[in-house]
Amino acid sequence: MSIADPTLLTDAPDADELARLRARRLEKIGKWSLPVIVMALGIFFWDRIVVWNEIPHYILPGPGRVLDTLIADWGILYEASLLTARTTILALLLAVLGGAGLAILFNQSKMVEMSFYPYAVILQVTPVVSIAPLIFIYVDSKTAGMLLCAWIVAFFPVLSSTTLGLNSVDHNLRDLFRIYKANRWQKLTMLQLPSALPYFLGGLKIAGGLSLIGAVVAELVAGTGGVGAGLAARIQEAGYRLNIARMFAALSLIAAMGVFIFAALSILSHALLHKWHESALTREG
Amino acid sequence: MSLAAPLSPLDARPPVLTLSGVDKVFNGDVVALRDLNLQINQGDFMSLLGPSGCGKSTALRIIADLLHPTRGTVSWAGAHDTGDLGVVFQEPTLMPWATVAQNVYLPYRLRGKAYSAVKDEVLEALKLVGLDKFQNAYPRELSGGMKMRVSIARAMVTRPRLILMDEPFAALDEITRFKLNNDLLALKEKIGCTVIFVTHSVFESVFLSDRIVVMAARPGRVLREVQVDAPYPRTEEFRTSAEYAAHCRAASDALHEAIGVAA
Repeated sequence: MSIADPTLLTDAPDADELARLRARRLEKIGKWSLPVIVMALGIFFWDRIVVWNEIPHYILPGPGRVLDTLIADWGILYEASLLTARTTILALLLAVLGGAGLAILFNQSKMVEMSFYPYAVILQVTPVVSIAPLIFIYVDSKTAGMLLCAWIVAFFPVLSSTTLGLNSVDHNLRDLFRIYKANRWQKLTMLQLPSALPYFLGGLKIAGGLSLIGAVVAELVAGTGGVGAGLAARIQEAGYRLNIARMFAALSLIAAMGVFIFAALSILSHALLHKWHESALTREG
Repeated sequence: MSLAAPLSPLDARPPVLTLSGVDKVFNGDVVALRDLNLQINQGDFMSLLGPSGCGKSTALRIIADLLHPTRGTVSWAGAHDTGDLGVVFQEPTLMPWATVAQNVYLPYRLRGKAYSAVKDEVLEALKLVGLDKFQNAYPRELSGGMKMRVSIARAMVTRPRLILMDEPFAALDEITRFKLNNDLLALKEKIGCTVIFVTHSVFESVFLSDRIVVMAARPGRVLREVQVDAPYPRTEEFRTSAEYAAHCRAASDALHEAIGVAA
């Protein structure tokens, strides 16, 4: 080996580096392609099992039939989707207002927190399915009742994560604000709320999924049939009629809605945090 | 403002802050400070040196009005407002969601000043610590030493009458620490601030300060004051001079005495 050999002096990637790059490229492709392949295989075998075993469609419809139903019943299902989506989104908004608002209130007054926090926990640990029938007895408006159901499930993660965030201020920064004689409002808006933001967004992601669950439970309990029914009510209704294909079609729309909410909230979270927060940081090596 | 004139004798400088007979007792029986008497004069660079538990940080917190003394008084010379104090902690303590310039702007912001009104001061402070090009960076993009510089810029942006530094360089590597020591002295020459600097390090205290207050523990108290009469500006040559070594020995002896007394 001679030092004058020019090939030894280049900074071409070594074997380690090449292996690392290859692994990373594979990971990037796999992250998207593998779930798609799994889904394609799942649908393929679903179809084959139905065909090979000659399963009647009122027991298990094949994927083709579900797709046909989705298209044929689009009018009904679309309307139902809008209704479920409306309940879910309104409940999520109210959960954010209620959860974050209560968290700020609790944070500002220890007395209020000690008085009411246990009841927030009780509300959370009591299964909503068991409260829902009572709600529909006392609340006349079905819309309001459904919102209340979905809200009860969704607000707690926002409340608890925001409370944690508001109390997780760096103690030195807290001292600094005291030294500069910051008032309560300044401390809240310039220090506590920004500190709580990552926690709040974590709670929001959970609340997004829960508000959909709450909306679905509310629809099932409210049992709104006919005109103005949401997706869950349509599933129930289609079940009574043994229209299994429509059950699957409506179910796929609910799942798609859940994925969409999660994706939207993830994008929101990234947009708000990527500049400064460690969670949005990708490290080399 | 600069200290163009040669250093005046310590006793000729006007006082900024006086602590007299300060005691601090926690939980009714833990004596963190016993009869602390300190007078900080304008232009002083005073180090508080001592073993853990000697009350250095407690003293600093009392000066910063984060703690109230059990007995004794803390009195500022003349009118005193919140702009009189700048603080640097052991950690840079920056707001991670705010840019470098917004972090330095904080003391003004908390006093209700609009950014446009103090932009020049903020940029000037960043320039003094050599970070004017990083005004729009976020703290996580900076190294440990750079974050500490931002913290120093924030402490001095309002030109406070007194800057408190609580072991600001303890967590940094030695090369960075030496560099920041030099830069801190250069900064002090430029703006003529008064500093109280808490440290564990004999070498750091001798290099930086003209007064070293050596404290002993249990109960926390002042054991002795060592004066470092070497003139400023002090440069890298001072670090290797015989004079520096002699001062280090004196401070080190005092510190050993403090530890011995405590044991």
